[in-house]
Amino acid sequence: MSAKRPLEVVGQPRRRVDARAKVTGQTLFADDLSMPRMLHCKLLRSPHPHAIIEAIDISRAAAYPGVKLVLTGKDFPVPFGIMPVSQDEYPLAPERVRYVGDSVAAVIARDEKTAEEALLLIEVTYRALPTISSPEEGLAQPMPRIHDYGEQGNIHRNQSYEFGDVEAALANSDHVFEDLFFYEGDTHMALEQQASLASIDGDGKLTLATSAQNPHYLHRQLSLVLQMPASQIRVIAVQNGGGFGGKCDPAGHEMVVSKAALMLGRPVKICLTRQEVFYQHRGRHPVLMKFRTGVTKDGKLTAMHLQTLLDGGAYGSHGPASTFYTGVLTPVTYELPRFKFDACRVFTNKPACGPKRGHGTPQPRFGQEVQLDKIAEKLGLDPAEMRLNMATKANSLTSNWLGIGSNGLAECIRQVVERSGWKDKHGKLPEGRGIGIAASTYMCGAGVSIYWNKMPHSGVQLLLDRSGQVTVFCGATEVGQGSDDVLASIIAEVLGISTSQIRCVTGDTGITPIDLGSYSSRVTIMMGNAAMQAASRVRELITAAVIEPLETTPEQVVMSQGRVFAADDPNKGMSFVEAVVLAETKFGTLGTVGNYSPPKPPGKFKGSGVGPSPAYSFSACVVETEVDVATGLIHIEKVWIAHDIGQSINPVHVRGQVIGGVYMGLGEALMEEQVFRRLPAKLSNALVHKIPSLLEYKTLTSADMPEVEVMLIEEPDPNCPFGAKEAGQGPLLPVMPAVANAIWDAVGVRIDEVPITPDKVLRALKLKRAGKNPRVGPEYFPDVPYPEPVFVLPPGEGGDGKESKKLESMPANSLAEVSTS
Amino acid sequence: MMRLPWFNYRSPKSVAEAARILAAEGRDAMLIAGGTDLLPNMKRRQQTPATLVSLRQVGGLKDVVNGRGLTLGAGLTLSEVVNTPALKDSCGYRALHQAAAQVASPHLRNMGTLGGNLCLDTRCLYYNQNEDWRRAIDFCMKCNGETCWVATSSKRCMAVSSTDTAPALISLGAKVRLVSAAGDRELELNDLYQNDGTEYLTRQPDEILTAVSLPDLSGWKSTYWKLRRRGSFDFPILGVAAAVRAAPDGTVLDARIVLGAVSSRPLMTEAGGLLLGGKLTDEAIAAAGKKATSAAKPLDNTDLDLYWRKDVVSSFVGYALREIRGDDMSATRLRIMRQL
Amino acid sequence: MSVVTDKEVQRRVHMTLQVNGEEIEVSFAPYKTLLEVLREDLGLTGTKHGCELGECGACAVLIDGEPLLSCLTLAVECEGRAIETIEGLAQGTQLHPLQEAFADLGGAQCGYCTPGAVMTAKALLDKEPSPTSQQIKEAMSGNLCRCTGYQQIVESVEKAATCCRSAERGAA
Ligand SMILES: Cc1cc2nc3c(=O)[nH]c(=O)nc-3n(C[C@H](O)[C@H](O)[C@H](O)COP(=O)(O)OP(=O)(O)OC[C@H]3O[C@@H](n4cnc5c(N)ncnc54)[C@H](O)[C@@H]3O)c2cc1C
Ligand code: SF4
Ligand code: FES
Ligand code: FES
Repeated sequence: MSAKRPLEVVGQPRRRVDARAKVTGQTLFADDLSMPRMLHCKLLRSPHPHAIIEAIDISRAAAYPGVKLVLTGKDFPVPFGIMPVSQDEYPLAPERVRYVGDSVAAVIARDEKTAEEALLLIEVTYRALPTISSPEEGLAQPMPRIHDYGEQGNIHRNQSYEFGDVEAALANSDHVFEDLFFYEGDTHMALEQQASLASIDGDGKLTLATSAQNPHYLHRQLSLVLQMPASQIRVIAVQNGGGFGGKCDPAGHEMVVSKAALMLGRPVKICLTRQEVFYQHRGRHPVLMKFRTGVTKDGKLTAMHLQTLLDGGAYGSHGPASTFYTGVLTPVTYELPRFKFDACRVFTNKPACGPKRGHGTPQPRFGQEVQLDKIAEKLGLDPAEMRLNMATKANSLTSNWLGIGSNGLAECIRQVVERSGWKDKHGKLPEGRGIGIAASTYMCGAGVSIYWNKMPHSGVQLLLDRSGQVTVFCGATEVGQGSDDVLASIIAEVLGISTSQIRCVTGDTGITPIDLGSYSSRVTIMMGNAAMQAASRVRELITAAVIEPLETTPEQVVMSQGRVFAADDPNKGMSFVEAVVLAETKFGTLGTVGNYSPPKPPGKFKGSGVGPSPAYSFSACVVETEVDVATGLIHIEKVWIAHDIGQSINPVHVRGQVIGGVYMGLGEALMEEQVFRRLPAKLSNALVHKIPSLLEYKTLTSADMPEVEVMLIEEPDPNCPFGAKEAGQGPLLPVMPAVANAIWDAVGVRIDEVPITPDKVLRALKLKRAGKNPRVGPEYFPDVPYPEPVFVLPPGEGGDGKESKKLESMPANSLAEVSTS
Repeated sequence: MMRLPWFNYRSPKSVAEAARILAAEGRDAMLIAGGTDLLPNMKRRQQTPATLVSLRQVGGLKDVVNGRGLTLGAGLTLSEVVNTPALKDSCGYRALHQAAAQVASPHLRNMGTLGGNLCLDTRCLYYNQNEDWRRAIDFCMKCNGETCWVATSSKRCMAVSSTDTAPALISLGAKVRLVSAAGDRELELNDLYQNDGTEYLTRQPDEILTAVSLPDLSGWKSTYWKLRRRGSFDFPILGVAAAVRAAPDGTVLDARIVLGAVSSRPLMTEAGGLLLGGKLTDEAIAAAGKKATSAAKPLDNTDLDLYWRKDVVSSFVGYALREIRGDDMSATRLRIMRQL
Repeated sequence: MSVVTDKEVQRRVHMTLQVNGEEIEVSFAPYKTLLEVLREDLGLTGTKHGCELGECGACAVLIDGEPLLSCLTLAVECEGRAIETIEGLAQGTQLHPLQEAFADLGGAQCGYCTPGAVMTAKALLDKEPSPTSQQIKEAMSGNLCRCTGYQQIVESVEKAATCCRSAERGAA
C-alpha cells in the first residue's frame, strides 16, 4: 500500500516501554495493590498427602475476633481445570485432599495475621488413604484411585502414535541405540509470589486483579466456578514478577478471594507464601524416557521409538498437553524418517505438574541430545558435524506432520562451533576439562487453542485521536518477557513513530480484546501479527487522508520518524499528528482492529493439534566445563549460544531472554529439583515437599553464573511479524544436554539424568575406575500398558496426514546390532 | 507474607541491664542481635520467645582490642569482622576472615553478628520448615515432636552445627566471655559446644556472649574451606578450618583441624596431631585427610548426598593444608567457593 | 515456650522513621518488620518480597548506607536510622545512573528483583566507584533474579559506574 523503507524501530536496541516504571519501583505487582476496606485471606492446607475429609468444624475460627468469613469446599460445588478434559480441581477440597498443601478452607479477616491465627482454630477430621509417590507406584497400584476419571487406575493419560513402520526401519538400521534417561521435576520459582485482589466495582461487577499469565482462560474458569456470567467479571493480569508457566493455570486462591469479595462486598486480597508457591507448582514433570534410535553407519537417523512416563502430581493441569509435548517436537531438529512415540502420565500425591518454560520438551530434548552424543562417539563422528549433516531444512515437513518454515538450525550450529573454538577443543582438552554441544527447537505459539473454537487467538485494537496519541489495547500479558514493548514496537514501526508515543493497555479482560495469554511462546507472533494488521489498517486510513494534500499516490506515502511524506518528494510532508487530524477529519473517530489465527496444521489425525506452530525457533549451545576428578565438583567455564530469532524486535531484550534461558537451563542441569520425601512407612504416612524454600531449592546466584556469549541468527519467518520468532523458551532447551555432553568430554562419564550433581559425577567416576560402565542414570523402564498406536504414514511415504492402517511389514532380516550405550 | 508471632520487645543499654532482664524472664526470653537466625526461626515458629532482648543498643559489644592477641566484640557484624584490619593482614587469623566472608550473603553479613553466628541454632531439613510443613510430619524431637526423623531410633537430635566462624575460631584457639547477672566467665570456644542438636550450647539461657578473644598467632597460618552448593546464601555442608604453626624449615609444631557441619557441634579432629613433627608433604596431607574423614558423620538432613559429603572431606582438608603449605590455591578457591 | 496474648504487647507502636530523607510518623503493630511497615503502613510498595526469610534479597533497602534485608529488620529497631528505598533514588524526575543503566541494558526484565538489586548496587558504587565484574557479582550475590541470568545486571552496574565516574569528573 505505501512505500517501503528500512526498519526504524524493529531491530534497534532500545529501552523497553515499561523499563522506567520498573527501575523506579512504580510498577505495581499484585501484592502492591490495596484498597479501602480491604480484607485479607489465608488458606488452610492439608497436612496429609491423601485423605478423605470426614468433617470440618469452622465454628471457633468464625468466632475469632476480626474474622469476617470462613469458606470450605461446600461453598464451591463446581470443579475447574485449565483443560476441558481435566476439570478435576476445586478451589477448596470438598471431600478429598490429594497432596500435602491441597487447600481445605479459607479465612478472611481484617488482616493477614488475624487470618493466620484463625486458621489454627479450624478443626478438620481426616481419614488417611494410601499414597502414591511415583508413576512406577501408580502403575503398580491402581487402587485407590487418586481421581475417578482418567484412562485406568491411576493413569491419567496414555497414548501412542506411530509415523511409518518404526520396527521395520530399526531392523534395517546399521545400529540401534537404546538409552534410558530421567529428568527430575523442577519449578518456575518466579521471584514474585502470586497474589490476587478481588473487589466489587461501583456497578456491582466483580474485578479480580491477579498475577496471571492467561487472564482469558482464568476469566472463563471464574465464570464457571462462580456460576456467574463472564460479562459480570473482569480479570486484570497485573504486571507479573516472572511467570515461566507458573501462572498459566487458573488457581484456587483466585476463585476463593473472588467468592469472598462477592459474599462480603469488600475487597479481599491473598498473597501466597513461598511455600504455597511451591505447592501451587504446575512445574516441570519428572519424566522417565526410553529412546530406541536407529542410525546408518554415517550417522543419519533412520527411526526412533520414544517412550515417556510422566509423574503428573495430583491434578490434571495442562497434563494432557504436557504428555504430547514429551514427544511431538522430537523430529523437528534432525531428519527422522520414522517416529513412534508412546507417552503415559500418572497421578501421584504431590503438587500438580504443568507447563514450565519449554513445556514438556526439555525432558526428551535432554535424552535425544545426549543420545546423539553417544551415537557420535560410537560411530567416531564429530557430534557437531553429525548434527549439521542431518539438520532439518526450511520449508519441510517432519515425519509427524509438523510444517517447518524458516530454519536457522544449521547456522546456529555453525556459529557456536566457530565462536567456541569447538574444533580445537572437543576431545582435545586436558583431562578434567571438556566441551559439549546440543541443539533444539521450540514453537512460536500453539496451532490450536486450549478449548476448541474457531475464533482468533489474538486481537488488537488501536485508538488514535487528534492529539496524535496512539493507544493500543490487547489481552496479551506482560510477565517480564517484554510483550508490551513488542506490541508498541510493531505499531511504532508500521506508523513511523517512536514507542514513547504509544500507550499500551494490556491483559485486562474488561477492556482489551482477547489474546489467549503468555504461554507457548505465542505472544510475539500472534499478538504481533494482530498488531501489524490493526496498524496497517490505520496506516491505510492515514494514507488515504494525506494523498490529496500531499498530491501523491498511496504507493508513495512514507510514514517515518514521526512524519508523513511522499517518497518522491520528502520535503512535501507533515507531522504524524497533522496526518492523524486529517484522517480523523475525513473518516471520523479513528479506530482499527487486527486479529490473528494460526494457519491450519498439515496433520489431520486425532491428536495432530499438539505440536503444530506457525513457526519454529532453533538454538544451538556449546558449554565448556571443568570437572574435579577427586570430588566430582562441576564448574561451568563458559556458554556459547546461538538462537534463530527470525528477527529481533529489540535485541537488548532478545539477548536478555536468551541469557535468562541459559541461566535457568544451567539451574536445571546442575541443581534445581522439586523433590519429595516420605517418612518411614511404619511410623508415618507423610509425603512432603523436601525443600519448599528459596534457600534449599537451589538456583544459581550471580556468583555462580558463567559468562554467556550470545549469537542471534536472523532468518526472518514469513509467518511472523517482521519475521520475528520466539526467544522466551527455546534457548533454555539445549543447555542441559550440552552440560551433560561437556562432562562426558571432560571426564568420560555419562550422567543420564538431571540435575547433574557432583555426587553423581563422583559415583560415575568410581565406576569408571573400577572398570564398570561409567554411567549414572535410570536402570530400568517399567512395563507401561501403552495403547495400540494411532498409525499415520509420514509425508515422505505418501501419507495424507490422516490415520491409516499399518501395512503388514516384511519381517525385515535384522542386520542391526543393538548397542546399549 | 510470613509474619512474626507477637513478642515483648526490650532494649537494654548495657550488658548488665540485659543480663538482669534475662535473669528475670527466664527461658521465655531470648537475645536478639542481628536477628538473621532468630527471626526466620520465629517466622517459621521454630522458636517463639515471649520476650526479645535486643543487643542493638547495648554498649561495648562492638569493641575491637588489638594487643597481645585480638579481642572482638560479639556485636560486630560479620562484615565488620571481615573488614577488621588486624584480621585482613594476618596469616594467623586468616581462617576467621575467610569464614566470616563466606557466611550467607552480603546483606546477611551486614546484619548478622559474630555472637549470633557462634550461637546459631543447629539446622536440619526436617526442622527449618514452616510450622504447617512440620505439622505434616508430626513435628520432630527438636521442637514439639517425639521422633528424630533423620535417625528414628536416635535418643537425641542430630541437627547440624552450621556456623562458619566457630570451626575457624576453634582452630585458632579462641575463648569466649559469657556474662550473666550472676557473674562472668571465660571459656574455650570449643567448650561452648556439645554434641546435641537441641542443647547444642553449654551457655546458660541467661548468659550473654560478649566477646571473643584470640591468642597472638604470629608464626601461625590458618585457612577455612567451605563446601556449599552455591557461591552465596548457602550454609556450609562441610567446613574445614585448619591452623598450623611450623618451624622455619617447615616442620609442623602445632596443628589443629576442625570440621564444621558434620555433626551437632564443630568437631576438633585428631588429624592435626598426625601432622606434628613432620612436614606438610602430600603423604602427610593425605593421611590427615583420611583421619578427618573418619571423624565426619554427615546425615541425611542437609543439602546434597550424605555419602558424598563424607567422601569429599579429605579433598577439602587437602585444599586447606596445601594452601597453608604455600601452594597457590586461588584458582581452586575461586572455582569451588567463588571466593577470591 | 509461651504464646503471647497480652493485649499490652499487641498495642501498636508509634514512632518517627527517617525514610528517603524525610521524617515520617507511623504507627504499626510491633511484630512487624521494616518490610511490612514500608509496604503496608507507609504505602512504599517499591520494596518487594520473595521469601520474607532472608533467602532472596528482593526486600533489600539501605539503612545508614548499608544494604540490609528489610524482611529481617524489626521495625521497632529502625528509629533514628536513615532508610533509603527505591522510591527515593531518583532526583525528582532525573533517574539515578543505575536506574538509567538497568532500564537501557536489560537489567530489569520482570522488574521484581530490580528495586533490591538497584539499591544493593548503589551501596556498592557509593563505596567502590570502579568495581570489577567479579566484585559486582559478589556484591549482587545476595539478590536472586529469576529472569536475567545476571549478566545484564552486571553490565548495567558496570555502565552506571562509568557514568557516575564521568559525572564526578565533570563536576570536579
Ligand atoms: C538465608 C540465610 C543464609 C545463611 N547462611 C549462613 C551461612 O552460610 N553460615 C552461617 O554461619 N550462618 C548463616 N546464616 C545464619 C546467620 O545469618 C548467621 O549465622 C549470623 O551470624 C547470625 O547472627 P545474628 O546476629 O543475626 O544472630 P541472631 O539471629 O540475632 O541470633 C542467633 C542466636 O544467637 C543468640 N544470640 C545472639 N547474640 C548472642 C549473644 N551475644 N550472646 C548469646 N546469645 C546470642 C540468639 O538468641 C539466637 O538464638 C544464614 C542465614 C540466612 C537467613
Ligand atoms: S535431627 Fe532429628 S530431631 Fe533434630 S531437627 Fe532433625 S529430625 Fe528433628
Ligand atoms: S524477602 Fe527479604 S530476603 Fe527474601
Ligand atoms: S528481573 Fe525478574 S526477577 Fe530479576
